[in-house]
Amino acid sequence: MSEFSVVGRRLPKVNSWAHLTGTAKYADDIALPRMLYARLLRSPHAHARVRSIDTSAAERHPGVVAVVTGRDMPEKMGIMPSTQDETALAVDRVRYVGEAVAGIAATSEDAAFEALSLITVDYEPLEPILTIEEALEREDVKIHDEAARANVFKEVHLSFGDLDAGFASADHLRDDWYFFEGNTHAAIESHSAVASYDGDGKLTLWTSTQVPHYLHRELEKVLGIPRTRIRVIATPNGGAFGGKSDPFAHEFAACLLSMRTKRPVKLTLDREEVFYAHRGRHPVKMRLRAGVKKDGEFTAAHLQTWLDGGAYASYGIATTYYTGALLTVTYRIPAYKFDGVRVYTNKPPCGPKRGHGTTQPRWAFECTVDKIASDLGLDPLEYRRYILQPPNSRTVNGLRITTMGLGECLDAVGRATGFSRTHRKLARGKGIGIAGSAYISGAGLPIYWNAMPHSGAVVKIDRGGGVTVYCGTSEIGQGSDQMLATVTAEALGVLPEDVHVVSGDTSLAPVDLGSYSSRVTFMAGNATMEAACKLRDQLLSVAAEALAVPVERMTAALRRVYDSAEPAKGMSFVEAANLAEARYGTLSAAGSYTPPKGIGGDYKGAGVGPTPAYSYQAAVAEVTVDLDTGVLTVDRVVTAHDCGRALSPVNVEGQIEGSAYMGYGEISGEEQVFRGGLHKKPSLLEYKIPTSLDTPKLEAIIVETVDAEGPFGGKEAGEGPLNPVIPAIANAVFDAIGVRFDETPITADKVLDALGKRDNRGVPKDRIGPSGLAEPKRDPGGAKRRLGFSTEAREQRISRVTGVETATGATGPGPEPGEPGSGSR
Amino acid sequence: MTERGDGVEGMPDPVTKQLTTLRVNGETHTVAAEPHHTLLEVLREELGLTGTKHGCELGECGACTVLVDGVPLLSCLTLPAQVRGMEVTTVEGLADGPRLHPLQTAFAEEGAAQCGYCTPGMLMAAKALLDANPQPTLEDMQQAIAGNLCRCTGYTAIYEAIAKAASGGGAGAQPLRRTGAGRASASHT
Repeated sequence: MSEFSVVGRRLPKVNSWAHLTGTAKYADDIALPRMLYARLLRSPHAHARVRSIDTSAAERHPGVVAVVTGRDMPEKMGIMPSTQDETALAVDRVRYVGEAVAGIAATSEDAAFEALSLITVDYEPLEPILTIEEALEREDVKIHDEAARANVFKEVHLSFGDLDAGFASADHLRDDWYFFEGNTHAAIESHSAVASYDGDGKLTLWTSTQVPHYLHRELEKVLGIPRTRIRVIATPNGGAFGGKSDPFAHEFAACLLSMRTKRPVKLTLDREEVFYAHRGRHPVKMRLRAGVKKDGEFTAAHLQTWLDGGAYASYGIATTYYTGALLTVTYRIPAYKFDGVRVYTNKPPCGPKRGHGTTQPRWAFECTVDKIASDLGLDPLEYRRYILQPPNSRTVNGLRITTMGLGECLDAVGRATGFSRTHRKLARGKGIGIAGSAYISGAGLPIYWNAMPHSGAVVKIDRGGGVTVYCGTSEIGQGSDQMLATVTAEALGVLPEDVHVVSGDTSLAPVDLGSYSSRVTFMAGNATMEAACKLRDQLLSVAAEALAVPVERMTAALRRVYDSAEPAKGMSFVEAANLAEARYGTLSAAGSYTPPKGIGGDYKGAGVGPTPAYSYQAAVAEVTVDLDTGVLTVDRVVTAHDCGRALSPVNVEGQIEGSAYMGYGEISGEEQVFRGGLHKKPSLLEYKIPTSLDTPKLEAIIVETVDAEGPFGGKEAGEGPLNPVIPAIANAVFDAIGVRFDETPITADKVLDALGKRDNRGVPKDRIGPSGLAEPKRDPGGAKRRLGFSTEAREQRISRVTGVETATGATGPGPEPGEPGSGSR
Repeated sequence: MTERGDGVEGMPDPVTKQLTTLRVNGETHTVAAEPHHTLLEVLREELGLTGTKHGCELGECGACTVLVDGVPLLSCLTLPAQVRGMEVTTVEGLADGPRLHPLQTAFAEEGAAQCGYCTPGMLMAAKALLDANPQPTLEDMQQAIAGNLCRCTGYTAIYEAIAKAASGGGAGAQPLRRTGAGRASASHT
């Protein structure tokens, strides 16, 4: 029998009944009396100066109540305090197609939408920068004037150990280039916010956000009203995956429009807007050099990354560091150098998506490991097992490793699939591949410097035995409410259904930094545990006294407080709670969690990478490649994940399967790509996320290492399991057709290209991928002209549909005479 | 430019609302709605049935699926006028009074709802499947929910839940999940 009464049991989530009966209130489900509906006007230009905005015609439109523009909220904002380069709405410059420039509140959504076309924006188009290479070279076009070199946002260089000696002592060297294409979260719920500014001068914002606390701070800064008068309530997120962890234009616009009109305002993005709001996976070019001994033991590794950041910072400074930081925590690497560069381009800003910054280099690294195994004739599973970073160790870049279950994960997926018996033995077109990976259980540092806890929780017990836990976490579908209920129930000896969860509310709940970086189970779990255990101690002490049993023998489980040596001797939870309240007063306790010191290095940049505990995972993928059509079918993905201890196994399995699903989508076809600044596929028909018919058979294996510092031994489960799936599939494709895909996604046309079947020349390739940074475009005006054409076409389409001349038509860019290369396209 | 009514040029009059009578979850409702508003909008905004969700309003995601005379339809592509006299069922009408539908219980037990946003539509598609085919195979289930995108689960838990509901809560259900899987543990502390 388990030592726990709740932890580890397969229980329904406490919030699932609301989901299943349609009573869960997502942001767009909220309707308030006198509520107005708002829409945002967005830029049709990738890069332009905003000369002026005339909103007078829109203001006269029937139903329109208020219009706001960037000049109403010029304060700089952004999620990372050190790199705030955004404004709520564009002030004098737009930097990507889709950037919001104005907001309209009206009595109906139709009226607000119609009035958008009545706003006249006088744009002066500027040349857009659209590729990493252009961004690195073009000193003459600056997306942000503050950039010191061309359009470089951030450059980092870190070196650990003796790299030269490492490479010199290697028996075998690899030097590979990779490109990971950008992609986006595509949560099924689009972003939505409802703001209500009351007569008493207090503002409440219900919003689909992962970070209510950080948003609270930014609202104060941008709106100019003190935080004491602002309340942010994170509504249940209909999926997030990192895509709702920035402060967004629609949130500020809804608030300001509500403040102007003194009426509630709802602003919900449509699906196309969500693709432009983005903040998703960065496209990253990578060069990875590796040196190994004959047996495969690493002697040195050098990773260079170039991140296409899009138009603004978002979490970019952290993303940049994350592309390098976690490469060392899986396998022994005695010398490691990392150079990262993130550039600005005129595209929607990239940010964190599940696996934040680690997914791209993990894919590259695991492909390189597979290549080394192939070069040296080693079994890829056994090889990985041989070079494992040991538990309770330090990496060369100073990261503290505690529990480390990668070996067990590799064994588990190997056993489940018979990997080593099958690998390299399947018929052409069939393949099997393996990969490992790691992730953090929360970032070691908050995004703004402070010495306060990362998470706080309050637990209170009422006289009927009901328990309420208050914590600032945001329920995004990952099961954080269930985690809070599970930890509270286990600690107090009640059932999760006895626990009311109040989360994501900046007025009611103590601060938790937010549902990002897979931090909630570890950090909010520990804070909740501390709070609940304080009350448990009170209950046990009064019950011990009443029963005349030594307090050390007392325990609580399943709504009873009793003598563990003689379980019949005890009392109900309610009785114990009433006795405790009589003795101690109102039963309420707070707990908090701060990660320990000394878990990372002490160099500049050491703040990204440390975590109180790393999760580990391994995946095996089985694939079929159709040699005639080039279609890649992933038949099966088995993922094993070391989550410390599974507090809610159903949730953990769901996270593992969902991660595998998302990883499969990223390698098999999802791509956030642009033509002249316009999104090529801004809808769910074009940006295909896998349906039930596409998705492979997914199997999840839970590996438990019971982390000494985690709540009941738990670590993260939400992000890490995505990482090994992508390289496992790429490695399986190599096993199937002998082609290395050093570029994502692996689409049918790329497979046909590799097989020599895409054209009549019929030259097969053994590799698809970049071989370096490309030359910057020789015709820098080309992109601008293409954008001009597509913008014109778009406006013609709009005017055909609405019968209204759009404001931007008059100043649309055309080919400019005398521009280099303007004669040829 | 189209002239509409006596409105100022470029400023069309608000479209006149029309009365529509709908049968929803066994109740008859007469609502005043603009004729171009979709069934989705009328359900959510006029009837307060916000359990039906929208993910795209373009017929791409399936979140707005409702049953019309038992057939799953995308309410974002349906006008109320098209369902006059028909029985519309939304997630709010799935339970039989206080008794939850077996699909609701099974979805909860199997963790088939993570963020819960695709869930109402998914439940409707699953109900239509089970009503027509009480013992569906995995392929039947995959086909039945192919128009309902879920971004959280990878669909595995959803198949588990539908299979469980089909078998009346466990008996005879073939578990799809955790075959060949199990728990492994290690100790490093």
